[in-house]
Amino acid sequence: MIELVNVKKVFNAGNPSEFSALNSVNLLIEENQVTVLKGPSGSGKTTLLSIVGCMSRPSAGRVKLQGREITSLPERFLTDIRRKTFGFIFQQPNLIKGISVLDNVMLPAYPLGEKRVHLKNKAMKGLAALNIANKAASKVEWLSGGEAQRASIVRALINDPYIIIADEPTAHLDTKLSYRFMEIIETFKAEGKTVIITSHDPLVYDSSMVDRVVNLRDGQIEV
Amino acid sequence: MRHWIEKQRYIIDFTLSSLLRRKVKNVGLLALYTLIVFILASTMFFTYSIKKEASLILKDSPEIVVQKIVAGRHDLFPVSYIDTIKKIRGVASVESRLWGYYYDSLVGANYTLLTPPRNGSFTDTGKSTAKTTVIDNESTDSSKPLFELNGAVLEPGTLIIGNGIARLRAIGTGDYMPFLAFDGNVLNFKITGVLSSQSELVSSDLMLITGEDFRKLFGIDNSYVTDVTVIVNNPEEIAMVASKIKKRLPQARPIIRDEILRTYDSVFNWRGGMMIVIFSAAVLAFVIFAWDKASGLSAGERREIGILKAVGWETSDVIQMKFWEGAIISLTAFFTGVILAYIHVFFTGSIVFEPALKGWSNLYPNFKLTPFINLEQLTTLFFLTVVPYTVATIVPIWRAATIDPDSAMRFTGE
Amino acid sequence: MILHPTVIANLLAAYISSFMVLYALFYGVQILKYWDIENGHELQLVLERKTYLISTLLGYVFGLQLLSLFLYIFTADSLTPLFVGSMCAAGTLNVDAFGYPTLVLKIVNFIVAGLWLVLNYADNQGYDYPLIKKKYLLLAIIAPFIVLETILESAYFLSMKADVITSCCGSLFSSERTTGLGSEMAALPALTMQRIFYGVMFCTLASGIFFYIKGLGGYFYAASSLLMFLVSLVSIVSFISLYIYELPTHHCPFCIIMEEYHYLGYLLYSLLFGAVVSGIGIAALSPFRQVESLKHMLNGFIRKLALASLILYAAFTALVTYEIVTSSLVIAYEVVY
Repeated sequence: MIELVNVKKVFNAGNPSEFSALNSVNLLIEENQVTVLKGPSGSGKTTLLSIVGCMSRPSAGRVKLQGREITSLPERFLTDIRRKTFGFIFQQPNLIKGISVLDNVMLPAYPLGEKRVHLKNKAMKGLAALNIANKAASKVEWLSGGEAQRASIVRALINDPYIIIADEPTAHLDTKLSYRFMEIIETFKAEGKTVIITSHDPLVYDSSMVDRVVNLRDGQIEV
Repeated sequence: MRHWIEKQRYIIDFTLSSLLRRKVKNVGLLALYTLIVFILASTMFFTYSIKKEASLILKDSPEIVVQKIVAGRHDLFPVSYIDTIKKIRGVASVESRLWGYYYDSLVGANYTLLTPPRNGSFTDTGKSTAKTTVIDNESTDSSKPLFELNGAVLEPGTLIIGNGIARLRAIGTGDYMPFLAFDGNVLNFKITGVLSSQSELVSSDLMLITGEDFRKLFGIDNSYVTDVTVIVNNPEEIAMVASKIKKRLPQARPIIRDEILRTYDSVFNWRGGMMIVIFSAAVLAFVIFAWDKASGLSAGERREIGILKAVGWETSDVIQMKFWEGAIISLTAFFTGVILAYIHVFFTGSIVFEPALKGWSNLYPNFKLTPFINLEQLTTLFFLTVVPYTVATIVPIWRAATIDPDSAMRFTGE
Repeated sequence: MILHPTVIANLLAAYISSFMVLYALFYGVQILKYWDIENGHELQLVLERKTYLISTLLGYVFGLQLLSLFLYIFTADSLTPLFVGSMCAAGTLNVDAFGYPTLVLKIVNFIVAGLWLVLNYADNQGYDYPLIKKKYLLLAIIAPFIVLETILESAYFLSMKADVITSCCGSLFSSERTTGLGSEMAALPALTMQRIFYGVMFCTLASGIFFYIKGLGGYFYAASSLLMFLVSLVSIVSFISLYIYELPTHHCPFCIIMEEYHYLGYLLYSLLFGAVVSGIGIAALSPFRQVESLKHMLNGFIRKLALASLILYAAFTALVTYEIVTSSLVIAYEVVY
C-alpha cells in the first residue's frame, strides 16, 4: 500500500550543518493494519512519518502510494492526494484558537469548496460519534485535554481518509484517556482503515491490536 | 465554478475571523492606512474642485483682454486705442474696464476696486446697464456669478463691498469708510450693500465703485482706462483678432481666455502634483510599515499557517487567504478615508489644511466648495495607495504561505 | 513635465509593473537553469516554492496592466485642456511622438500577459509542470516589452509641454498651431467597414463553433480571432463610434469610455480583449495536446477557451448591433469628409 524504496532525507545540504535524517530506508506498510514506528528522539521518526504522509518529499529514493509513484509530484498534487487519503493526528491537538470547535473541524475541507450544509452535517456527525457534539459551538480554549484530542481526531476524519497517521498521540494524555484513544484506533481498524502511529509509549506499542512494530534508530530501520 | 465560489466564501469567512482575532495589530495598520488615504484624498478633492470652480468662473470671462505694456509693466490703457481695436474686422464690441488695488494700512489688507461694466465708462453698444450678474444659461453646472448685487444700487459716493471686507473691518450697509486719495485728500464713502456670500470665493476682497469716484480716488484722467475687453463674433477668429491687435498696437498685450484657462489648469495640476510628491514620502513610509507588518509573523501566526498547511491547505490557498486579508483591509481603509476626506473638504471647508492655505492672507474667504469628485480622482487615489500597499505585501505573503506543512508536526509543546 | 496627480499615478503603476516583471524574471532565470522535477534536493523544493511567487506576481501585473491601460486613456483625456486644439484623449496622445506607441504597446503587453496566465494555468494542471521551461522563456520575452512600455510612457509624459502663458508678453502661438492635434482620425469608409465587420465576425463565429463541435481547426480559429480583434478596433474607429456618438464626424475611440457615454467603452473593450486573449490562447496551448501529464484536461480546457471566446465575441457583436439599431444616426450613404 505505501512503499518506500531507498529513501533518504537530508537537511541543509551543502552547508556545514548538513544533517541526514533518514538513510536508505526501505519500508512497506500493509493495508488495514496498525503499524507502530518506535524509536528514540532524533531517530528520524517524524521525518519518516511526514514522508509517508505525503507532507514532504525525500531527497532521494522513491515513494509509492497504492502503486502510484508520488516521489516527484509537485506540492499542488501532493496536497490534493494527502487531503483525500490521509488524516493527521498530532501530538498537540493543534486546534486554531479563537474559532469554534465546529469551524476547526471543518477547516480541512474548505479548499474543496463543498456545500456548507453538507459539510456541517458531516462535522456534526463526526463530533457526535466521539461524544463532543455538545461542544460544537464552544471556543477551543474551553475544552479539556481529552476533548481537544477528540476534536482533532474528528478534524482528521472530515474528508473520509482511509489512512490515519498519529504522531505521539498519547504523549500528553493520562492512562485513562490513552486507553480511550486506543479504543478509537480499534474502531478505525474495524472500519477497514490503515493506521500508522509513532510512539515510545509502551501502552501503545504493546497493545494487542498493533500488527507490526518498526524500530527506527539513527535514520535507519533496525531489523 | 460553484466549488470555487464556495471556496472563496469559506476563505473570506476564515480571513474575517482571523483579522478580528488580531485586533491590535490590524487596527493600527488600518488606522494608518486610512490616514494616508484621507490626506491624499483631501488634497485631490480640494485641488480638483477649486480647479473646477476656477474654470467655471473663468468660462464667462471675456474672450480677449487687452492691456498696455510699458517696459514690461502693466500701464494705463489709452482710450484712443479703443477705436483702433473696433476697426478690426470680426470684433463685435470693445468695453473698457476700471479696476485697481487699494492698500488699507489699518488692517493690512489689499482691496480690489472695480467699476461694474457699463457704469460710467466709455461704451457705445447701447446694451442694458442693469445686468450685473453673469450667468451661463446653457451650462448645467451651477452658474457662477462674479458678484450679485442683491438689489443694491451703486450711486456716486457709495460702495458695495465683499463679505471678507465686511468681516475684517466689521462694517456693513449704512456705515462710512474713509479712503486716502492720490492727492492726499480723504474721501468718505458710504456702504450701500454687501456682496452675497455665494460668490465669496472671488468677491471676498472686492469693492464696487462708480467710475467717477474711481478716477477721483486714483487720479486717473478721462482719457485712460485700466484695460479693455474685446468680444469677437466668431470664436474661431479669436486668435486671429488677437494677433491683429498686437500688430496694430505694438504696446498692447492681448490675453486670450483659453490661455488663461490652460495656465490656471496647469498651475492647479502642478500644485496638486507637488503635494502628491511631498506626500509620497508619507506613502513610502506607510508602505515600508505595511511590508514590515506583513513580514513579521508572530509565532502564533506561523503556527496557524503551519496547521492550515498540515490539514490540507495548499500554498495557493494560503495566498488566496492573505490576498483577501489585504483586500478587506485595503477596501475598508480606502472607503473610510475617502468618505472622511469628502466630509473634511466639502463640509468642514478643509479645516486641517486651512492654516497652510491661508498663508498671510487677512481676507481669507469663507467658502463652501461645490463637491466634485469623479472616477478619475478615485482611480488615481487607488493607484497611489492601494496598489503600492498590495505590491509591498506580495513577497511577505508568499513567504508566509510557503511555510512547511510538517512544521505543525514538529511543534511539540506550548 | 506636467505634475498632474493622475500622471504620477500612471508612472507609478508603470514602474511597479516593470519592477515586478524584472523581479519575476530574475527568479524565472534561476528556474530555467536549475529546474529538475525528478530531483528531491532542497534547491528543487525552493524553486517549486518560487513558482508560486512568480505566478502571483504576474497575476498582479496582468491586473495592473488592464487597469493602467484604462487609466492611461483617462489621463490623456484629463490633460486635454492643456493643449491647444486637442479635444479629447485622441488629441493629447498626439502631443508628442510617444503617445500612440505607448498605447499600442500597452495593448500588446496586456494580451501577451493574458496568454502567459493561460499557459500558467494549463501548466499547473500537469503533475510534472510540463510547460515550465516554455513558460519562463515566454516571460523572458515579455519582460523587455514591459520595460520598453515603461520607458516610452515616461518619455511621453516627460516631454509634454503644456501650452501655457510662460512670460509676461503673453503667447500667441495659439494662432500658429492650428492643425495636428485635432481628434479627426484616419477612418475607413463607414458602410464598407460595416460590411467587412459583420462578414469577418460571421466567419470567425462559424469557424469557432465548428472547432468547438468537431475539434478541428483550432489554429484557424485563433488566427481568425486575432484578425477579428484588429477588424473590431478599426471598426470602432470607423463606424461603431459614429453610432454611439450619433455624430458622423466623431471617430474617436477613446471618448466612449467617458462618463457622457455611460462608460460603454469599458464593456466593449473588455469583451473584445477577453475574446482575443481566449482565442489566441487556443493556439498557444494546442501544440501541447499530446503531452502526457496534460492529456486528461487540455482538450477540455481548450474547448472552454473556445467557448469563452465565442460568447465574448457574440456579446460584443450583440452590443454593437444594439447600438447601431437604437442610434438616432442613420448612415444611408457614404459622405467623404
